[in-house]
Order: sequence, then structure tokens, then C-alpha cells
Amino acid sequence: MSNGARAGVLELVRKTGETGVFFVRLLAACIPALSRPRLIIAQIYNAGARSLIIIMLSGLFTGMVLGLQFYDVLNRFGATEALGTAVALALLKELGPVLTALLFAGRAGTALTSEIGLMRATDQLTAMDVMAVDPIRHVAAPRFLGGLIAMPLLTAIFTVVGLFGAQLIGVQFLGVDHGIFWSQAQSAVALKDVTEGVVKSIVFGAVVSLIAVNEGYHSEPTAEGIGRATTRTVVASSVMTLLLDYVLTAIFL
Amino acid sequence: MSRQNEDERPRVSDSQSNPGADAAEAVIDVRGVHYAIGDRPIFAGLDLTVKRGLITAVMGPSGTGKTTLLRLITGEIYAGSGRVAVFGRDVGTLTSRELYATRRRMGVLFQNGALLTDLDVYENVAFPVREHTDLPESLIRKLVLTKLEAVGLRGAAELMPAELSGGMARRVALARAIVTDPEILIYDEPFVGLDPISLGVILRLVKQMNDALKITSVVVSHDVHEIATIADYSYLLSDGKVVASGTPAELARSDSATVRQFMTGGAEGPVRFHYPAPDYAEELMEVAR
Repeated sequence: MSNGARAGVLELVRKTGETGVFFVRLLAACIPALSRPRLIIAQIYNAGARSLIIIMLSGLFTGMVLGLQFYDVLNRFGATEALGTAVALALLKELGPVLTALLFAGRAGTALTSEIGLMRATDQLTAMDVMAVDPIRHVAAPRFLGGLIAMPLLTAIFTVVGLFGAQLIGVQFLGVDHGIFWSQAQSAVALKDVTEGVVKSIVFGAVVSLIAVNEGYHSEPTAEGIGRATTRTVVASSVMTLLLDYVLTAIFL
Repeated sequence: MSRQNEDERPRVSDSQSNPGADAAEAVIDVRGVHYAIGDRPIFAGLDLTVKRGLITAVMGPSGTGKTTLLRLITGEIYAGSGRVAVFGRDVGTLTSRELYATRRRMGVLFQNGALLTDLDVYENVAFPVREHTDLPESLIRKLVLTKLEAVGLRGAAELMPAELSGGMARRVALARAIVTDPEILIYDEPFVGLDPISLGVILRLVKQMNDALKITSVVVSHDVHEIATIADYSYLLSDGKVVASGTPAELARSDSATVRQFMTGGAEGPVRFHYPAPDYAEELMEVAR
């Protein structure tokens, strides 16, 4: 193995170990952080409420596109009545959790990384530490929990708005029967499908929030360093979301 | 940079002015500390003592590790070898819980203030009180307003850190550092960026807190003349060691070339102003060629 490759492997191992240790410390800090609900609510607002517009708009257009595409495919088989089923399952099981996670990484994840990175660069985390206030408990844990709680809520909103978008196209413009659309969607969706979507959204929420908080906490305290950490958040979150989506789908099938 | 010989180091003989020599309690005791960043040594056998109730100044040219010394004292970093003892206990051997308990007895004024940017001035000063006590809101308000009044910023309580000038931010940070009435106050360049009025007020405040509350103060500063008006004892660092120590008056009378250069701000002397570089004329000739 060349020196460059060896250094790369060592860096990967170091980074994985660092993230692992940080995750353990973060989990340990989550329990005392729960005693400060005010901090967590503030982070749910930052990560969740402030992402609402982008999530709702994306959900609406995703649902509209699904309505068009599924209608086109189903029409070839004379099965346009199944539009509600196809859209509901696609949104609940796959597109809702995955697209929400990708959007969350781009909107809230980057904000988390840059905010914590800037706190590191301006000695705010050090100041807390020197004031005997654990920055992982006070800064990282509430942001992690906020992201973890916000993600399933955002996924639910994305899915509902997506269904509305598909219904808008399928029923209002393409002529699928209103009653059939909703009854098909309702009858085809089982509790297992909802569970799959909820589990995925929780796992993605945990992973994206962990990556965002970890990258910010360990970012180099320079403008360039924070920029690189923010980019890493988006890239790592996106790859991990898609990878875990495959794993979870395989488990649930 | 020429290394000051140990024998050349100006020392004081009387016990009153040498903190390490008498029986009074050493609140901070640094012994034989070696510390390096990568291959670059910062300290090579640093020894100094901070005695309870005194204002101790730590001076030295840029890059001599003054801020690093403060980070060693607060346990943010650990010495490669040697011992940094605070309140009689080696910081390097403390558990996280013990370290936090020690830090609660200290207040630190950071060079850039390090105010929490999502909190206003009032909440920044209240932050350590809220975190470490269950005091009623009325008492917290009284405490915070008292400290803000002391630094002249009671009227700025509702401003956000982004709305403050550098000097104001440092004064808020000072109010935050003293709000829990710590036993040790550590100041990292407290006078930088202050206008003459603020400078005078802060100098008097440091002195008053020391006199009235018997707070032990460690002040890292370049401002030789300002610090000389309040310091009880001073250390001059260079090349990773203490090259001179004594009362400000003793340092002012010192014959040491290093001390004289630093006290008078001379460009020529044992402490090199220029970062090591190839010969200037030769480098210019290279460019011409």
C-alpha cells in the first residue's frame, strides 16, 4: 500500500473513531439535555419550522410529478384507478423520508454545521467549557435532538402535501375519480408501510443531525474550514441517507 | 532569538515580592512545564507561581505562549511534562468532574470576548449564574445589573453581541467573568481595543476587585505601562521560559537586555522583531535577477 493510501486509510479510521466517540458523548449528553426542554424546542423551531416552506413546496411538486408519471404508466395498462395506491406507497415508504432527509441536510444540516463551526471559531464553545458548561450538553445535544424530532414531523408534512399534489394533478386535471383515488390510497396502505416510513425518517433524522453537529463541532476554526465542513455535511448526509435507505428497505421487505 | 541565561534572570531576594519564596499560598503553581505544538516547542521548563490575592502579570513578546499558559491553567490543554497545579491539585490528573469543579472557581476573560452570539448582553452575563445556580430571577437580575453597572454597560443590557464594539464586547465578557465572584480571574489581553476612559475604568476595576474581594488575578498583557500600575508581581516570558520576574518597579530597574528591550519597546535587542528569514539583500537581489 502506498504512503498516500495508508495515510488516507488512517485518516478514515481516525475520523470514524472521532465520530464514534463524539456520538457516545452526544448520546450521554442527551439525557441531561432533556431537562432543558426550552433549548430543544428552540432547535425544533430552527431545524423544523424554518424548513417548512421548502419542505412543503418540494412535497407539492414531487406529488404533482408523481401524479403525472404514475398516471402515464398506469394509463398504458388501463389501471389509472391505482394512482392513489401508487402515489401513497411511493411517498410513504420512499420519497417522503428520503427527499425530506436530503432537503433537511441541505437546509437545516448546513445551518447547524456552520452555526456550531462559527461558535468554535469565535471561542464560544471554549468559553462555555471554561465556564464549566459542557458544550456537548448545551450546544450539540439540543441541536441533535431538535433534528431528530423535527425530521419525522417534516416527513409527515412532506408526504401529506405530496399526496395533495398528486391528487391535484390526477383528480383535478387528469380526471381520475376523486373517491377511487382516496379509497385506493387508504385501502392499499398498511400499518407496516407507515411504520417503514416513520422508522426511516427517524433513522435519517438521527444520521443527518449527527453528521451536521459532528462536522460543525470538529470543523477547523477558519472560514475555509467551516465551508469545507458544511460541504462535508451535505455530501456525507446524502450518501448515508441513500445507503441506509437501501438497507432499511431490504430489512422491511 | 538569543536565549536568556538562567543566571541573567533578574530575581528578587526579598520574600515579599517573590511569590514562590514565602509561605503564602500558591494558588497556581507551574513547575518544569514543557509543551510543544507539533515540532515547535512553546515551553521548555517553565516555572512560575501565582500567589493568592495578588495581581500577577504575565508579559512577553508575541508568540511566547502567554495564551497557551492560560489554556494550561484552565485545563484546556495539558503539559507534555511538568506540573500545572491550581488550588494545589495537578490539573492534568483531574477527572472531568473535578476539572469542571475547579473551573467554577475561576473566571476567564477571553481575548476576543467570546460572547455567546445568540444571547443578548444581559443573558450573556446571566449565563454562568443560570447554569450553576438555582437563584431566583430577581436575584440574578440584581447580580447581572450590578456587574454591568461596574463595567459601564447597564444601558446596553438588551443589545446583541453583534451590536457591540470590540471594547464593549470585552467589557461585557469581563462582567460575565466576574458575575459568579470567582477566586481566580484570568485576563487574556484585557486592555486591547479599549479607549482611554474604558481602559482607566477597567484598570481600576481589576484593582478594586483584587483589593476588596481578594481575588487572585492573572493578567496576560502587552501593555507594559498599564499593567505596571496595578500588578503586584510580573513575569516576563521569552523562548519558552521565564526570563525575568519581580515587581513592576524591579523590572523597570532591571539591567537585563531582554527586560529593557521589552519595557522600552526597542526593535533591536535579544528579542528578535523579525521572523527568521533569509538575508534581505540577497533575497532582493534574487528578485532582480
